[in-house]
Amino acid sequence: MCFEAKRLYQLALGPVLMLMSMISAGAWADDAEASTVNMTAGVTSVGQSIYDLHMIILWICVIIGLLVFGVMFYSIYYHRKSRGVTPATFHESTTVEIAWTVVPFFILIAMAVPATTTLLEIYDFEDAELDIMVTGYQWKWKYEYLDENGENVAFFSNLRTPQSEIYNTEAKGEHYLLEVDEPVVIPVNTKVRFLVTANDVIHSWWVPELAVKKDAIPGFINETWTLPTKEGVYRGQCAELCGKDHGFMPIVVNVVSKEEYSEWLSAKQKDAAQTKELMAQTFSLEEQMSRGKGVYDRSCLACHGANGEGGVGLPIAGSPVATGEVGTHLEVGINGVAGTAMQAFGGQLNDVDMAAVITYQRNAFGNNMGDMVQPIDVFNHKKGQ
Amino acid sequence: MGDHHHGPAKGLSRWLFTTNHKDIGTMYLWFSFSMFILGGAFAMIIRAELFQPGMQLIEPAFFNQMTTLHGLIMVFGAIMPSFVGLANWMIPMMIGAPDMALPRMNNWSFWILPPTFLLLASTLFVDGGAPAFGWTFYAPLSTTYAPPSVTFFIFSVHILGLSSIMGSINIIATVMNMRAPGMTYMKMPLFVWTWLITAFLLVAVMPVLAGAVTMMLMDIHFGTSFFSAAGGGDPVLFQHVFWFFGHPEVYIIILPAFGVVSQIIPAFARKPLFGYDSMVYATASIAFLSFIVWAHHMYTVGMPVAGELFFMYATMLIAVPTGVKVFNWVSTMWRGSMTFETPMLFSMGFLILFTIGGFTGLMLSIAPADFQYHDSYFVVAHFHYVMVAGAVFSMTAAVYYWLPKWCGKMYNENMGKTHFWISFIGFNLAFFPQHFVGLAGMPRRIPDYALQFADFNMMSSIGAFIYGASQIMFLYNVIATIVAGTPTSEEKVWEGAEGLEWSIPTPAPYHTFETPPQVK
Repeated sequence: MCFEAKRLYQLALGPVLMLMSMISAGAWADDAEASTVNMTAGVTSVGQSIYDLHMIILWICVIIGLLVFGVMFYSIYYHRKSRGVTPATFHESTTVEIAWTVVPFFILIAMAVPATTTLLEIYDFEDAELDIMVTGYQWKWKYEYLDENGENVAFFSNLRTPQSEIYNTEAKGEHYLLEVDEPVVIPVNTKVRFLVTANDVIHSWWVPELAVKKDAIPGFINETWTLPTKEGVYRGQCAELCGKDHGFMPIVVNVVSKEEYSEWLSAKQKDAAQTKELMAQTFSLEEQMSRGKGVYDRSCLACHGANGEGGVGLPIAGSPVATGEVGTHLEVGINGVAGTAMQAFGGQLNDVDMAAVITYQRNAFGNNMGDMVQPIDVFNHKKGQ
Repeated sequence: MGDHHHGPAKGLSRWLFTTNHKDIGTMYLWFSFSMFILGGAFAMIIRAELFQPGMQLIEPAFFNQMTTLHGLIMVFGAIMPSFVGLANWMIPMMIGAPDMALPRMNNWSFWILPPTFLLLASTLFVDGGAPAFGWTFYAPLSTTYAPPSVTFFIFSVHILGLSSIMGSINIIATVMNMRAPGMTYMKMPLFVWTWLITAFLLVAVMPVLAGAVTMMLMDIHFGTSFFSAAGGGDPVLFQHVFWFFGHPEVYIIILPAFGVVSQIIPAFARKPLFGYDSMVYATASIAFLSFIVWAHHMYTVGMPVAGELFFMYATMLIAVPTGVKVFNWVSTMWRGSMTFETPMLFSMGFLILFTIGGFTGLMLSIAPADFQYHDSYFVVAHFHYVMVAGAVFSMTAAVYYWLPKWCGKMYNENMGKTHFWISFIGFNLAFFPQHFVGLAGMPRRIPDYALQFADFNMMSSIGAFIYGASQIMFLYNVIATIVAGTPTSEEKVWEGAEGLEWSIPTPAPYHTFETPPQVK
C-alpha cells in the first residue's frame, strides 16, 4: 500500500521533485537511510570524503551553471528582435577571453586538491586486519577468508530472490534482487582488505555504503579496503556487464560486532569440518536427488534451464554427457569445457554437492540412468583416478 | 566536350553510381535517420522492460543484445554517418568547392555502410543471438564468452572503420585543396574547422579500433591470448586499446555538433560568432587532450595511483576549452537581436543540456568520486546528455537550418517548434531522473532493478517514449516539406545567415561553384 501510494505521489510530483531534490540533495543524504536521489555518504570515512567531494563539485557546477544560464536567459529575454533591439557587432575581447580561460583553471586546481587527498587515502592499503578474497563468477560471488587461524572459510553467495518474484507471479519482497543466500560477514571498526578477482569474465564488486567499487578481472588480483564504523546490512551489485545474469548477482555485507563476528567465524569453521565428514559417507539415491536438486537450482539452472531444457548452456535432458559414461560427465562437471561458458565447477562445489548434482542430472529430466555418483568418486576423479 | 550542365541520372543508378556530394550527403542523412529509428526502437524495448521492476517483456539475454545493438547502431550507424552526410552536403558549399576531392571514394565510403549494418542487424536472427557484451565489448565477455555472432560483429566494425577512414581522408583532402581563392584557414566557417579536426581524429583512432577487433578475432579463432590472462595476456589491455579509440570517438561525435551550433547561433542572434579564433584553438585543444585521457573510463580497473592522478588531472583540463566554447556561444547571443526559429531552439537546447552533460563529465573526472559513479546510471545520464542533447539535438538543428536550402521549400515552423518542445521535455524526463537512480546505486546495463529505483525508472521510460514519438513528428515534417513545403527561392533563407552556402540559388542546384567564388 505504502509503496504504491508513494509511487503515485512521486510520479505526480516528478518534475517538481527533481528540482527540489537537486537543491536539497545535501539535506537528504544526512538521513541514516540511503537516499533515493543522491550518493550515500555510507558508513566509512572514505565514503564521507567522497560524498563531500561530490557535493563540493556539484555545488560549484550548480553555481557556474546558474551564472551561465542566468546570462543566457537574460539575453534571451532582453536581446530579442521582437523587442526591436539592433544587434551589436562586437565579436572578440582578448581580456574577457583570457579571463575565462584562466579563472576556470584555478577553479579546477581548487577541485584537484581535495580529490588528490581523498584518492591517496583510498590508495592506502596498509594495516588491514582481515583479508577477504572476492572472486566473481558468472553469476555469483565467492568469498574466502584468508588470514584466520585454523580452517579456511570459503563460500559462494548467490541471489536469493526466487524466480517467481522476478517473473511477477509472487509479490516482490523488501530486498528484491538485493538479497543473497549467504552474506559476507565482517567486523565493525576493522580495516578489511578485499582482494578482488574473477574466474571467467570481468565483474565489479560495488557496495555504495562501504564506498568500494573494484573491478574483478580474471587472472589479476586487485585490492581495495573498507573500514565501516557502523553495524548494519549493506547491499550492492555487480557493476560491470558480465553476461546474461549481470543484474542478478547482488552483494550483501553484514557488518557486525567483533564478538558476533568471531562466533560466526567459528560456526563456519565447524560447518566446514562437518562437510569434510560428509565426504567420507555414502548416500542413497533419494538423499542424492534431494541435495542434487538444491545444488542444480543454485549452480546449473541459470544456464541449463529449470527443466534441463538448456539456454545459454546445452540441454541436460537427454544430453549425451548426462546419459553417457559417468567419467565424462564428472570431467565436464569438475573441469568444465575449455573455451566455452561451461565453467570448471570442481573448485566451486564441494565433493558432496558435486556427487549429488551429477547424480541428479543423470536421473532427473527423464534421463533415468539409475546410476549414482558418491563423494569418493568425485574425490578420485580429481586425483586423476 | 559538349554540354556539361546536366542534372542527375534517372532511376536507381543515380543513387548507386553517384559521385555528387549532394546525392551522397542525402543518402548518408537518410541512412543515418533510418538507423536512428532502428536504434531508437531498441531503446524503446529497453525502456519498456525497465518500466517496472520484474521481467515482463523480454529475457535478460535479449535485453543485453538490445543494449549492445542500441549503442553500436546509435554511435556508428546514426550519429557518425549523419555528420558525414552533413559534411558532404555542406563542406563543398561552405568553402566554395564544386564537389568533394575524391568523389568515387565518396560513393564507396557510403555504399559499404548499408550492407555492414544489415550484417550487424542480421545477427539478431542467428543461433546464439546478437552480440550481448555492450557497445564497449570488453574482453573476455566478447571473446571466450561471446556468442558466435561476434565474428560478424568484428567484420562489421572493420568495414565501418574503413568507411570512416575513407570519409575522413576525403574531407581532409577537400578542405586542404579545394578552398575557394581567398578562403584562408582562419576564414573557414567553424563547421568546416571542427570537421577538419574531427577527420584527423578519425584517421588516427579508427585503425586502433581495427587493431582491437583484430586481436579479438585472433583470440577467438587463432589461439592467441592477447586478452586472456591464462595465456599470458591481459583483459585490461583490451580496455586501454578500446578507450584509446573510444575517448577520441566521443569528440569525433561532438566536435561537428559544436561546428553546427557555431553556425546557427550567430545566424539567429544576427551577430558574428564571438571569439572565432579561440573557438578554433579550443577545438584543437580538445582534440589533443582527447588522446591523453582515455583511462578515465577505467578508474576502477586497479591502476597505480600515479596513473589515476595523471588521467584525472588531464581530464579535468578538458573543462577549460569546453568552457571557452560555452562562454563564446553565450557571448554571441549577448546583445544580439534574437529570433527563435526551430534551428535556434534546438541549438539553445543543445547549449543548455550539453553544458549539464559537461558538468556531470567534470564530476565523473574526479577519480575518487568516480568510484561511486562508475558503471552506474549516473554515467548513462551523463553520456545521453552529451550524445542525444549534444550531438542529436545539434544534428536536428542542422536539418531544420539547411533543409530549405537543400530542397527549396520551407518546413512547417509550428510543427518544428512543437517537435522541439516535446523532444526537450521528453528528453529531460527520460534522462534527468537517471542521475538520481545512478547516485542512489543503480548499476547500468541491468534488465531488472531493486524496488527503490522503481519510480524514477517509470518516469524515465515515459520520457523516453515521449522523446521517441516526437521523432515521428520530425520525420513527418521533413517528408511533408520535401513533398509539399512552401516553395522559397530566397538565396538567404534566414535573415542573419552568413557564408558561401547562402550565396547560391535556392534550392541548391545539382552542381555548385563550378567556377570558384572570390572570398575577400
